[in-house]
Amino acid sequence: MRSVARAATTTDAFNAIAEPRRRQILDVLARGERPVNDLVSELGLAQPQVSKHLRVLREVGAVDVRDEGRMRVYRLNGAALRPIHDWVKDFERTWSERFEQLDAVLDDLQQEEDDDR
Amino acid sequence: MTGSATASVTLPADDQIMIVREFDAPRELVFRAWTEPDLVRQWWHAGRGEMTVCEIDLRPGGSWRYVMVTPDGTEVAFHGEYREVAPGERIVQTEIYDPFPDAAAVDTLEFEDLDGRTRVTMLVQHRLKEHRDAHVESGMEDGLQDALDLLEGVAQSLV
Repeated sequence: MRSVARAATTTDAFNAIAEPRRRQILDVLARGERPVNDLVSELGLAQPQVSKHLRVLREVGAVDVRDEGRMRVYRLNGAALRPIHDWVKDFERTWSERFEQLDAVLDDLQQEEDDDR
Repeated sequence: MTGSATASVTLPADDQIMIVREFDAPRELVFRAWTEPDLVRQWWHAGRGEMTVCEIDLRPGGSWRYVMVTPDGTEVAFHGEYREVAPGERIVQTEIYDPFPDAAAVDTLEFEDLDGRTRVTMLVQHRLKEHRDAHVESGMEDGLQDALDLLEGVAQSLV
């Protein structure tokens, strides 16, 4: 029930992960932190494109970056993505609980019908 | 209790959310339970409060309004309008959560007869569309399902 209210605060993260290449980056980073060069070779994209996607992901906090010598190393920040997961799970939980109540209502209705027969 | 499976929730597109659930009851009964106020009052609260308002004017152009009050006094109110009503089969309605009056979703409900059982499919077309439009060139036609699967793992690692 609160799911609609939550959507307003998660749309940025929704936007960021709506793009398949960015999801691919998150997928790679989910296995551990990576320097930009690794991401470039794993994704088979040009460095400027990868950097562009990483910038979007950084803006919503989905990834963090640190400097290691001359390398920029990226890692996933799952906490920033958690609102999306929670939003969907909350929706799912609410409806599952409603449906359990509905099962009981339907049992009663069927009982009434059987009694009328 | 019938012990039906839990609801399946998927994201067919980035602005849609779909719930599918089967019920161990004939379609007419499921439709009644979904559309008669006395029956809706018994389940829509999901065990989280009491429904104080349940108004259903089930015809195209007719309106509906549900209000629930939780034990701590919080009022949760939704309303909308029916766009299509095919008794026993299908309902298309708008859905507005009162605190966000500009954010109407459109729900499409299908009631499918499975030889005595009933499958209900509810597709919520969300207001995230305006955000999707900004991304329409970037190929997110895959929807968010992949991301959701990924996040499932990510969120578990955060516990």
